[in-house]
Amino acid sequence: MFDTLLFGVLPYVAMFTFFLVTIQRYRQRSFSYSSLSSQFLENRRHFWSLVPFHYGILVVLAGHIVAFLFPRELLAFNSRPLRLYILETAALTGGLMTLVGLTAAVFRRWTTAKIRTVTTVSDWLVYALLTIQVANGVYVAVAHPWGSSWFAASVSPYLWSLARLTPDITTITPLPWGVKLHIINAYLLIGFFPFTRLVHVLVIPNVYLWRKPQVVRWPGRPYPAS
Amino acid sequence: MNVRSQISMVFHLDKCIGCHTCSVACKNVWTDRKGAEYMWWNNVETKPGTGYPTLWEDQEEYQGGWEVSDGKLQLKSTSKKKIVFNIFHNPHMPSIDDYYEPWTYNYEHLFDAPASDDQPVARPISQITGELVQIESGPNWDDDLGGSPVYAANDPNLEGLSEEQREQLSSVERLVYFYLPRICNHCLNPSCVASCPSGALYKRGQDGIVLVDQNRCRAWRSCVAACPYKKVYYNWFAGKAEKCILCYPRLETGQAPACFHSCVGRIRYLGVLLYDASRIEEVALKKDAELVEAHRSLILDPNDPEVISAARAAGIDEAVLESARKSPVFKFVKEWKMALPPHIEYRTMPMLFYVPPLSPVISSRVNGLVDFDSTEFFHDIDESRVPVRFLANLFGAGEEREVRYALRKQKAVRWWRRARTAGDVDQETALRMLAEADCTPEQAEAIYQLTSLCTFEDRFVIPPMHREQVIEQAQSPQQARSSAGFGFTTGTARSI
Ligand code: HEM
Ligand code: SF4
Ligand code: SF4
Repeated sequence: MFDTLLFGVLPYVAMFTFFLVTIQRYRQRSFSYSSLSSQFLENRRHFWSLVPFHYGILVVLAGHIVAFLFPRELLAFNSRPLRLYILETAALTGGLMTLVGLTAAVFRRWTTAKIRTVTTVSDWLVYALLTIQVANGVYVAVAHPWGSSWFAASVSPYLWSLARLTPDITTITPLPWGVKLHIINAYLLIGFFPFTRLVHVLVIPNVYLWRKPQVVRWPGRPYPAS
Repeated sequence: MNVRSQISMVFHLDKCIGCHTCSVACKNVWTDRKGAEYMWWNNVETKPGTGYPTLWEDQEEYQGGWEVSDGKLQLKSTSKKKIVFNIFHNPHMPSIDDYYEPWTYNYEHLFDAPASDDQPVARPISQITGELVQIESGPNWDDDLGGSPVYAANDPNLEGLSEEQREQLSSVERLVYFYLPRICNHCLNPSCVASCPSGALYKRGQDGIVLVDQNRCRAWRSCVAACPYKKVYYNWFAGKAEKCILCYPRLETGQAPACFHSCVGRIRYLGVLLYDASRIEEVALKKDAELVEAHRSLILDPNDPEVISAARAAGIDEAVLESARKSPVFKFVKEWKMALPPHIEYRTMPMLFYVPPLSPVISSRVNGLVDFDSTEFFHDIDESRVPVRFLANLFGAGEEREVRYALRKQKAVRWWRRARTAGDVDQETALRMLAEADCTPEQAEAIYQLTSLCTFEDRFVIPPMHREQVIEQAQSPQQARSSAGFGFTTGTARSI
């Protein structure tokens, strides 16, 4: 019963909130979409916290997405131990980088007076959820190794069942509590995501990579792509 | 030919008195807000000096503007490849320490202080944290050469000056400085626009004003690093880039921008320039020494029938063409060649031009008397207290030719007027000086008029901006009529 609520209902609530609010926020309050950079106020520790954090989390996220989208290919790839070791090490390194960066970022925010003045309740919420998620993720990686294989075997089918709107939680109920916490906290992150600074992830610039350098706007003509 | 029109500007440095009225006017209208306290969209610097933010001209450090590499124009600070790695932490981003920590005073304390033996005082508090601060720098910390051994002595424009010239600049009897008021140059090849990953910055096609779309800015802050003039600022509270908007809401209603309107020295001129947009890249690729002239060659003559028909074909309004023909900026920049772009070597093609200042000469003495007797009229331009080389570093990409030309003409006009009014110079000498400065008596009179006796209407020739047409193209005028105005002022909609 409880499992159904957490793994069968919560994900839908989270995803529904995610899409509804991010779209509504983008359309109604586009101004509020910003990475809210604080580099201007503190430039040095900024580098040592945000750079490892972002590189780390992008590697880890990419891993999750690949495992979700191509579980069978991943399992096949992992059939040779060496490949599995490399993948596991890369994932753990990414996780540790994220954890170190995140800790440094929280510390930086807590101890720099100028940055504290631009810190909101939603920032602390983001930090709390992320810290739980990342610390727990690293714990799972150490306590339950070979995640790149068991994820593909048990979590991917579950996630796909959710995506097909036929939730089937049987593959994940036997998983250890650490993994379950990771999944639940992920839903919380997704649910709170639209109300926080995390929306910057949705507006990462990509048109820049192929647009012309100069942008000119003329009255009455559509805005240039950007 | 691809004719475009641009609202352009001239600042006549010989007239600036360094009163900062312009800065204050701008501050009161636009930047007296949280997150913007430290911003001075208009600021006035003392030269020699390190300016605001400190040492903004040092592009080794800030990496602003463009460079030519492999025959191509490239931003110094970023590129399509670099942005991927630099987006989390921009290595060329100035921080608050490069500007200053804005402060106010805790005036309440004067009222709230408990009874005591001492008079209460209002102490400085940070406008960011609200805590007591020790003021250590400000936007004009080196005003009028304050602290010059630290500031003036480190001016990047001193490059190439001899040791003797540097010493003269600060020796007591020969001391010299002038003011450099700065706003965004609303460049033709703006590096701020080209650097923005979100495409939030743009140049308005109809008048060339460069703006930040606040709804699209995501605080990637590339523009702050890329503008070599450091005229894009980061609002640390809102998390958005902001910059001078050339008071476009004022311009659109026929008023001069606030800093222009309030200028006490009346040093500011504003008017339309027509230019050929198809040649910008070609010009920006030229060698340093050719840049000033090449930049000038982009500007088109609004009296030329060919230009007029090309402008009409490009959809430029008749009234704008009319205004271009009366533009004081066209006269100073193109006709008289007296106004020069600042640091053209950054290759952003600025559209704000400066008439370089004439400074007092270092008088040479013969037998204890001032040496007056020279046949070379312009010899003392080389003996000006501000070395030509210094001005050339600022306004000529290191090349003295154009600066010298502008200074000679200014001086010849002065002597011409002295011959006519004070009479301490004879007419013939004045005429010969004019001829040597490539100036006719008619032109000299025109320069004199526009420099000294200019009215408000002479200085600001603002074309009708046809706001109504712009609105018409975007939405029905009936709808616009009932909307709430500029920017974010959203109407009184019913919520949900
Ligand atoms: C390619 C994708 C991403 C880009 C381009 C990006 C970019 C940025 C930038 C520019 C900042 C502002 C840093 C500053 O100057 O203060 C930032 C902050 C932040 N980002 Fe990202 N980000 C990305 C992905 C992510 C992801 C996936 C997460 C987490 C799920 C994340 C979490 C955060 C957090 C928590 C902050 C605030 C850190 C702080 O200021 O202490 N970002 N991001
Ligand atoms: S001076 Fe030029 S590069 Fe700098 S903000 Fe203005 S338009 Fe952009
Ligand atoms: S108001 Fe005019 S004279 Fe005064 S500092 Fe500004 S530009 Fe110079």
